[in-house]
Amino acid sequence: MEKLISASLIGLSQGAIFALMALALVLVFRSTRVVNFAQAGQAMVSTYIGWEVVTRTENYWIALPAAALAGALLAAIIETFLMRPLAKRASHGAIAPVASIIASLGVLGVLHSGAAMIWTSEQKLFLSPVSVNGIEIGSTVYPFSQADILIISTVIIVMSTFAFFFQRTSLGLSLRAAAFQPEISRLAGVKVDRVRTIGWALSGAAGAIVGVLVTPGNYLSPFSLDILLVYGFVAAVIGGLESPQGAALGGLILGMSLSFTSIYVSSGLTFIVPFVVLLLILIVKPKGIFGGGSSRNA
Amino acid sequence: MSLIVRNLSVDHGAIRAINNLSFIVEKRRLTAVIGANGAGKSTLLRTLSGLIPASEGKASWGEHNLLKGKAEQHVRNGVSHVSEGKSVIPELTVEENLDLGALWRRNKKEADVTKKYVLELFPRLGERLKQRGDTLSGGERQMLAIARALMSKPQLLLLDEPSLGLAPLVIEQIFQTIRDIANSSDLTVLLVEQNAMGALKIADIGVVLNLGNIVAIGPSADLIADPAIRAAYLGY
Ligand SMILES: Nc1ncnc2c1ncn2[C@@H]1O[C@H](COP(=O)(O)OP(=O)(O)OP(=O)(O)O)[C@@H](O)[C@H]1O
Ligand SMILES: [Mg+2]
Repeated sequence: MEKLISASLIGLSQGAIFALMALALVLVFRSTRVVNFAQAGQAMVSTYIGWEVVTRTENYWIALPAAALAGALLAAIIETFLMRPLAKRASHGAIAPVASIIASLGVLGVLHSGAAMIWTSEQKLFLSPVSVNGIEIGSTVYPFSQADILIISTVIIVMSTFAFFFQRTSLGLSLRAAAFQPEISRLAGVKVDRVRTIGWALSGAAGAIVGVLVTPGNYLSPFSLDILLVYGFVAAVIGGLESPQGAALGGLILGMSLSFTSIYVSSGLTFIVPFVVLLLILIVKPKGIFGGGSSRNA
Repeated sequence: MSLIVRNLSVDHGAIRAINNLSFIVEKRRLTAVIGANGAGKSTLLRTLSGLIPASEGKASWGEHNLLKGKAEQHVRNGVSHVSEGKSVIPELTVEENLDLGALWRRNKKEADVTKKYVLELFPRLGERLKQRGDTLSGGERQMLAIARALMSKPQLLLLDEPSLGLAPLVIEQIFQTIRDIANSSDLTVLLVEQNAMGALKIADIGVVLNLGNIVAIGPSADLIADPAIRAAYLGY
């Protein structure tokens, strides 16, 4: 019973992180068709900004929005000055789908070395606003802390805010329309370029929040968030790569699978589990759980 | 206000799709552009709505230069384009598709008035507001595409083959609706069609395109009566 509760709670906390990372990747992919490997680097740089704020102010609640803002800004810059011109120039032929991937890997490299130059490769301690020790109930200590509760509740709030924004606001409608059918959206008056930049900015903010949520209790280094790229992509693909709900569900499935196998089977399996889960789901649903809508045109 | 096209040429790479085209569409006229596959009809509309660039020439709607600026700007200048093949976003609901056409409008009260007008025009859409676009029939989708364009309160409406893929009875209905819209508003309509007879019957003016060139232009009744046009384009 204790094992079951622990596995579920850890799965939930990890799943929340994967879900938000997946959402960040989905937001970029659905609006610009870019598989954005730079996301890990953007989140990392934003987290360093958050770290700067938290070491100066000792206030996590200022650091979180500051990092989100920095993440949004950084993403908007990357989209405006690199990805958009690139998409206009390399829009035809064999390189079209690959050019943006290579560019995003390049950005990741630049962010890695830039961060190492500014903050050195030495690990930084990011103070947590709440306890990162396991919660004690009776005589048992669960491997689940207040920090996990913070993660889960923040992710729920962030994701519901996104959902509300996308489903209930005019700008959200523009974003969805431009993602589905850019040409029709243009004809309807949507400023598609601007809306795409906003999509990237939201994604950057989501990635930054991921960084500021997972880092407390862990160390921050220029490479410390890279592993989340793998989990984030697996979660995103499970969900169909285009659906925010899919990202949420994919993250949850992945988080649960990981925590259950590591608690019930062996923690040595953590690197295999994501791919086994991904394979199983893609065999049953080749386009991901929420994937496979209609055809699109650019 | 009128649509003035002067010496317009448009190329797709090495292919000249529109060749030195000149014509004028007077305000409140319904003009049909007919021609076979590849005549350049869609290219003409796509150029006028700012989706693709022209190679040479001029095109203007009132004081607006149609060869400058992006499509999203053209809508704001009163030009709405319903592109070929049911220009509806299938993943959005009917209501979202409608609202999309008016998002850019600052005056939400006026946009609501337009919405009411559009739903009176297409009551079937009103009964299906919460359904996804892809659950509609072909005819309903075409109505939604036109309705979405009307939500932008255009002065110049560009319609690309609204009859495409529809049953004869539905085509007749759509054509009738287009004629009604033109009659009851200030709208100037440029209607591109392969269904030449249907389009000419409702149009005031007809333009016959062949391989990017105008081969005939005039009152549609005259074109229908012209034996050469009948043989080549109307099939009898
Ligand atoms: N994107 C494009 N790239 C290359 N060539 C194109 C493109 N679009 C159109 N063309 C060419 O331009 C010419 C005119 O095409 P257009 O689509 O304007 O014809 P249309 O009159 O609309 O035909 P249809 O009735 O079949 O829709 C054709 O020869 C076509 O092959
Ligand atoms: Mg065409």
